[in-house]
Amino acid sequence: MKTPSQTVGPFYAIGLCRSNEHELVSPDDSSAIVLRGELLDGEGASIVDGMIEVWQPVERKWGRCGTHPDGTFSFVISRPAAPAGEAPHLDIHVFARGLLKHQRTRMYFPDELDANAADPVFAGLGEADRARLVADREDGGLRFDIHLQGARETIFFST
Amino acid sequence: MSEVVLPDDPGLGQEVQVDYPGYRSTRLRAPKRSLVSLPEELHPLDGPVFGEDTIAELDGDLTSQHSGEPLGERIVVSGRVLDEDGRPMRGALVEVWQANAAGRYRHEVDQHPAPLDPNFSGAGRVLTDAEGFYRFVTIKPGAYPWGNHENAWRPAHIHFSVFGRAFTQRLVTQMYFPGDPLFPFDPIFHSVRDPKARELLVSQFDLATTTAEWALGYRWDIVLGRGARDTTPLEEQPS
Repeated sequence: MKTPSQTVGPFYAIGLCRSNEHELVSPDDSSAIVLRGELLDGEGASIVDGMIEVWQPVERKWGRCGTHPDGTFSFVISRPAAPAGEAPHLDIHVFARGLLKHQRTRMYFPDELDANAADPVFAGLGEADRARLVADREDGGLRFDIHLQGARETIFFST
Repeated sequence: MSEVVLPDDPGLGQEVQVDYPGYRSTRLRAPKRSLVSLPEELHPLDGPVFGEDTIAELDGDLTSQHSGEPLGERIVVSGRVLDEDGRPMRGALVEVWQANAAGRYRHEVDQHPAPLDPNFSGAGRVLTDAEGFYRFVTIKPGAYPWGNHENAWRPAHIHFSVFGRAFTQRLVTQMYFPGDPLFPFDPIFHSVRDPKARELLVSQFDLATTTAEWALGYRWDIVLGRGARDTTPLEEQPS
C-alpha cells in the first residue's frame, strides 16, 4: 500500500525553495525559452502559496518554482525532445496549500500543430480541452496559466 | 460549518480525498473535473536524478546547522523508501521541513505567537543509500494552531518530499508521531479516510534507532507507487 499524499502546506519554501531551481537551461543559452504563468483558484484569485514543478523526461531535466506574491511563476526551459510516439511537451506538477494531493498536467507547444494532433493524449481530448493544454505566445516566450477550478479549469491527469 | 472530520470510509480506497470538506482551503483549490487517464504505456517516465552535489554536509542533521543546538527533544527519524513491490529506492532525494519545538515555522507568513529558535531552520535533505535508507537528526516539532476552524490545532508533523525514479512516484506528504492526541480532530490527517492507509502516515517509536543517553528514534518507511515500465531492479541499473 502506497504512503498517502498530504498537502505541501503554506510553509514549503523552507524546505523546497532553498535554492534557485527554475532554470532548466541557462537564460543565455540559444535554446532558452522563458515560460511564465499564473496559478489561480476557483474564483480566479492568485494562489500565492503554490509551487510548480516542470519535467522534461527525455532530457531528465527538472525545475521548480514557488509562486510569487502575485501568484505567478516562471521558468527558463528549452524545447523538450518528444518522447517516442508523443509530441514535445512539459510534464507539470502543481502543489499548493489546500491541495491534498499534487495535480499533474501537460503543456504542449503552440507551433507543433502536426505533432500535437498525432499525440495520443492530446488527440484523445475534445477540442476545448486540447486548447487548454497549449501554451500561448507572450513577449517572445510562452505563457501557461493553471486554473485549479472554474470555467477554465486546467486538464489534470490521473497518476 | 460542516463536520471537520468525516467518519472512516475504507471503501473510498487508500488515496487521500482531495475535496475533503473539513479542510477549508480545498474548497476553491481541489479540481472539480474528473482526472483524465493517461495510456498505461505513457505512465513511467524517467524522473530527474539527483547527485551527491545536491546535498550539503549538514543537510541531514537539523540540530547542527547553527552555532548552538536548538531547543527541544532531540530525535532521530529514519526509515526506507520503497516501491509498492517492496524494492528499495536507491538515491532517492528526501527533503523535509518542519516547525520548531514551540510549533513555529521559520517563515514570514507564520504568525503563531511562539518563539523562533535562532538555532533551528527546520529544513533538511538527504539521498537514500543503497538499501533505500534515509536518516535525519532533528528535534520533535511542536503542535500549532491554524485558522481552519474554531480552536484548530495541527498534530505534530514533519513534511516530506520524495522523488522516486518515475514521474508517477513523486510524493509530498507529512509524517506524524504515534499516539498524538490531536489526531481525532485534524481534517488533513483524516482526509485519508481508510484507517489502514492513514496509519501509514504515522511513524513508530523505535528502540533500535534510539541512541542511549542522546536521542529517541522514530522509524517511518515511505512507499512510492510503481514505475510500470521500470521493471529493472534498481540494483542492476547503471548509476
